[in-house]
Parts: sequence; C-alpha cells; structure tokens
Amino acid sequence: MENAIIKIRGLVKDYPMGVTYFRALKGINLDVQQGEFTGLVGPSGSGKTTLLNIIGALDNPTQGEVEVLGYQVDKLNHKQAARLRNENLGFIFQTYNLLPVYNVYENVEFPLLLLKKSADERKEAVIQALEWVGLMDKIKSRPAQLSGGECQRVAIARAMVKNPRIVLADEPTANLDAANSHHILQTMVKLNQELRTTFLFATHDDKVISYLRRAITLRDGMIAEDKIIQTT
Amino acid sequence: MIWFLLKGILRDRHRSLFPIIIVSLGVALTVLLYTWIMGIMSDMLDVSARFDTGHVKVVTPAYWEIESQVPNDLGLFKISKLQADIAARYPEYSWSPRIRYGGILDIPDEKGETRSQGPVMGLGLDLLSPGSKEVERLKIATSIMRGRMPAKAGEILITEEFARGLGVNIGETATLISATAAGGMAIQNFVVVGTVQFGLQNLDRGTMIADIRDIQYALDMEDACSELLGFQNDMVFDEADVQRIKDDFNGHWQNPVDKYAPMMLALTDQRGLGEYYAYIKSFAFIMVFIFIFAMSIVLWNTSLMSGIRRYGEIGVRLAIGESKGGIYKRMLLESVMIGVIGSVIGTAIGLLFAYYLQEVGLDISSMMRGSTMMIQSVVRAKLTPTSYYLGFIPGVIATTIGTAFSGVGVFKRQTATLFKELET
Ligand SMILES: Nc1ncnc2c1ncn2[C@@H]1O[C@H](COP(=O)(O)OP(=O)(O)OP(=O)(O)O)[C@@H](O)[C@H]1O
Ligand SMILES: [Mg+2]
Repeated sequence: MENAIIKIRGLVKDYPMGVTYFRALKGINLDVQQGEFTGLVGPSGSGKTTLLNIIGALDNPTQGEVEVLGYQVDKLNHKQAARLRNENLGFIFQTYNLLPVYNVYENVEFPLLLLKKSADERKEAVIQALEWVGLMDKIKSRPAQLSGGECQRVAIARAMVKNPRIVLADEPTANLDAANSHHILQTMVKLNQELRTTFLFATHDDKVISYLRRAITLRDGMIAEDKIIQTT
Repeated sequence: MIWFLLKGILRDRHRSLFPIIIVSLGVALTVLLYTWIMGIMSDMLDVSARFDTGHVKVVTPAYWEIESQVPNDLGLFKISKLQADIAARYPEYSWSPRIRYGGILDIPDEKGETRSQGPVMGLGLDLLSPGSKEVERLKIATSIMRGRMPAKAGEILITEEFARGLGVNIGETATLISATAAGGMAIQNFVVVGTVQFGLQNLDRGTMIADIRDIQYALDMEDACSELLGFQNDMVFDEADVQRIKDDFNGHWQNPVDKYAPMMLALTDQRGLGEYYAYIKSFAFIMVFIFIFAMSIVLWNTSLMSGIRRYGEIGVRLAIGESKGGIYKRMLLESVMIGVIGSVIGTAIGLLFAYYLQEVGLDISSMMRGSTMMIQSVVRAKLTPTSYYLGFIPGVIATTIGTAFSGVGVFKRQTATLFKELET
C-alpha cells in the first residue's frame, strides 16, 4: 500500500545480553493506514512493547526500515524524534503517568504549552479534549482525587488534545476494571471514527481485542497472524 | 509556561520548600553579614572622619609629607580668609580648622617643681564658640568622665586614663611644653577642668583637648592651623560627592609647584582607609562566593533527590515529546524561580535583622577587651543600596548551579526503556 502512515520493512531488534544479544524482533514487515484501529496482540514477551517503542521513536531498530508519517525513525536524532512525538504522536500508558501537582485541565494543557500554542488555542483544545472523554466536571481535580478510569481518560485527553495523527497505547486497560475498560475503549473508538486518528495498541486484554478492527499477533518477535476483523 | 512551572513549584512542597528554606537562610545570612560588615566599616569611617580625617581635609603638601611629625610651621596660614573662600564655594560642607601638636604635659607641685609629666598628643579645635559643631562632632560633652566642659580660655580637658597616670586632679594646673611654629620653645599653663574618655584606645591614652585659639596663641600660630577639616552637613560620608569636591578643589587651589598651596584629601586618601574600604568591599564579594559555593553543594544534593523523585514525571515528559534540552532548560528556569523566591524571603529576613542592628545595635564591649582597633563597642549594621540586591547573587546562582549539575542526569536518560519504566 502506498500511503501507509507506518511502514516497516525487515525490522530486527536486538537487545544486548552480556556478550551476546537477545533478538526481540526478528524481521517485521508491517503497514498501517491512516485511521486504523489496530492492536498488537500475543503472549507476554512476544515483542509488542518493543515494536511500539520503535514506532514511537523512543528506540532505534537494529536492522530494517521504519517509516512513521514519512520520517525514517532510525535516522532521527534525539531532538527530531522528540519533535515527531510532540507534534504527531499521542502516548497512553498502562499506568496513567499524569503529573501529580497539576490538575486535570493543566495536565491536558501541558503538551500544548510545549507546542507553544496561544492561550486561546490551548483553552479551546483542552475543553474540546475533556468533552471528548467526558471529564468537564473534574477540570480542577488533581490526579490523586480521581479514579483509575478517570485518570486514564485524562491521559487519553492529554494524548488527543494536540490532535495527533497516531495514538500509541500500551496496555491501556491493564489497571482498569471491566466497566472502565469498556468506557475508555468506546471513547477511543469514537475518536477514531470522528477524527480518523490512527490507534495502535499493544495488549493481551480480550476486552481491547474485542474492539479492534485489525489484530496483529506477534509470537517470538515475528508476526504470526494479521487479521482484519469485520465489524458489524 | 512560566506560570505553569511556577504553579508546579508552589504546589509541590517537596520540590520547593527545602530549597527555598536553604536559599532564604543563605541569603539572609549573606545580607546580614554584609550589612554588619558595612556597619563596622561605616562606623570606622565615621569615627575616623570625626576625630581625625574629616570627610575631606585641606592641608599643604609640605605638611602632609611629614604629617606624622605634626610640622605646624608648614601648616595653613591666613585661614580666616581661606576658610571663608572655601565655605562660600562648598556650602554643603561645614569647615573646621584644627591644630594637632605633640609635646610634654607637665604637672607642677605647689612650689612649681615637676610633680609628674608625660608625652601628650594635643588637639586644638573650636571648643568655646557657642554652638560649635566640633563639640558635638567629637561627642565631647557626653564623653566627660569628671569635671566639666571648658568655659573660657585657658581651660582644657585631658583623657581620663592620662589624668590617672599623671595623678592630676580637676582644677589643677598643667603646663604644655611644645614647639612654636617658628621653631622656638612653647610653654603655656592651662587648667584641667575635666577628663574625657572616647572609647578609642589610641586617643584615650594621652590626649589633651584645648580651644584652638589657646593653641594658636601658645604655638604662635596666629590665624593658622594644621589642617582644615570638611564635613558633609548631614554627616554621611558620600564617596562620590567627596570625590567631586576634591577634584574641584584641587583644580581650583592646588598649585603643583607650590608646596604651601592648599590641597584637598578625601577621607579615603588618609590612614590607608581607602585600601581598607576596597578590601572590605572585596571581602563582601568573597563572602558571596563562599555562600554560592556552600549553597550550591547543598542545593545540588537537594535537586538530585528531587530528580529521583521526579524520575517518572521526566519520563512522561520525554515520551510526550519534550526534548532533553527543553526539560533541562525548564528545570533551570524552575530553579531560578526558586532562587528568586528564596532570595526575596531571605533578603526580607536579613534586612529585618539588619535593620534591628542598625537601629538598636549589639553591645560587644565585653568581647572587644584588649583590642586596639579603632571601632566602637556597639556593633551596628548599615543598610546600603547593595544590601537590597546582594543576596540575590548567591541565592539565584546557587540554585541554578545546583540544578545545572544535578540536571545533567536528564541527558543520560534513555528513551528506549521509557515504556517499560512507565508501566511500573
Ligand atoms: N531493554 C531490554 N533489554 C533486554 N531485553 C529486553 C529489553 N526489553 C525487552 N526485552 C526482551 O524482549 C522481549 C520482548 O519484550 P516486550 O517488552 O516487547 O514484550 P511484550 O510483548 O510487550 O510483553 P508483555 O506483554 O509482557 O508486555 C522480552 O523477552 C524481553 O525480555
Ligand atoms: Mg509490553
């Protein structure tokens, strides 16, 4: 496919292990299109996080080519990688990783400050993002005063506020109960449909998998199965 | 962004409280020490000015060359006119002629034979004219231990210690044996009407104070004096203004080839006081550096600890796309803010104590016994314009240095493992 926003060819990732190394990814070929709602699934240790890391320009491939939004990830220096993440990528973690001293509004505002948006632009975008995740009534709360589900919704708003092209989410539901997991996934599905933001998950949670429209199964650092799921 | 960081600092007490306390303390100490030193310094300059150097002093170059020998034959003559001219040109100063002289003070018995005698340092100044500023300037009236102020010609004061040594009582006669300006022998009888003690050791040892007219008469110095002292009317030494009138005076009166034409000296040109003044000022800077150094080390550790505490936060920020340089820069910005907050608090505290010391003072006379320094026994701080900003130098620099060192850890941080770190 020509206009894939993530294009991976022959990706190999080795982790040094003393004198030898451990090969975590063993030749991955993968294309992801704009607007996908896709999950990397597979057993623990299969390389899901490793792959997400490389796509997120946080780590470098050992071999192969990784192109994200037209950028050769392995050729970016630290600063360029930071810029790519800042401008185009949203991250959602298993632990929400909100900044504890700031309230909900400020946590969501932070990425926009880094992007040097004007006060008006920031306000509009933050309120929009908080409306998406349904947290307008908790604007002034600190993370410590929120439930896990609410924290993860703030994290989603923080990832979405700059309207990124791609959201990378590593086990976003691992710390949530079923009801909250579904709420969050529905929110993300909605954003995916309304904004055409590409979502890429790493997960082995069946609840997440049930929402995916494409599931890429990794096993031992290789793609074992790549399946389009027909939604009704 | 600055407001955003400031909010973080103010809300996160772990991040701000300890550094702010350290900075405040260090800054308060810096300010206090500085004002204290300036207090000692300005006390010292003030005492010197009043008793010896004036804020400015007019002499002849010939006199000044061998000033320690008090060569009154080389002093200033026709001073009524000179003083009037000078006073007209510099009305913001008040002018007082003095004669300094040395000799022997002899105490005769009833037969006129020497009962006791000792070397004397003499000061002739305006004691008798009503409202003489000199009496007030040397705090003579309040320094009297026994007896009273001279009220008429021929009456003198001597220092208490000197009087004890000579065994002279109030009301007894003392004979000054000295040299006239013309080189002849001068012998003059005075009545000791009181004793004084200034609290200045080298003065209290053996000084007599007489009215300048008596001394002019005794030493054959009609309308002459050793030196003409000028004091700023508010009695506050203003270095810049002193320099101004000194330059003006010397441009106007001084004559490079005439060793008897009057020249003007600033307070700081005399007795090594200028060097001392410069030395004290550089001491203030050394002190600031010591505080910067000590505080930096403490704050370095503090911010290392806070860096560990904020490990997760920095991780997310890197993941979100803040560059390492950006994080480092913002950490420095935070530390500047902490430095400023701490410096404001510290300066306020320091100035408060300093103000107390300036207005009330601290009596250290018990600690000063045996010292020969020409300082007074009550230590007073002095607030100068510098004391309002000096503390900010160590305050802000130390926090910034502390963070600059500890913050380099950010650059060692690998983004490769961020996802894993942030999972836990
Ligand atoms: N920094 C590293 N150094 C060495 N080995 C690593 C490193 N990171 C990951 N690995 C190894 O690479 C393999 C893949 O790890 P990865 O974290 O990608 O798995 P995962 O699919 O995300 O597993 P999980 O579902 O448990 O999160 C594992 O065997 C892991 O031990
Ligand atoms: Mg993982």
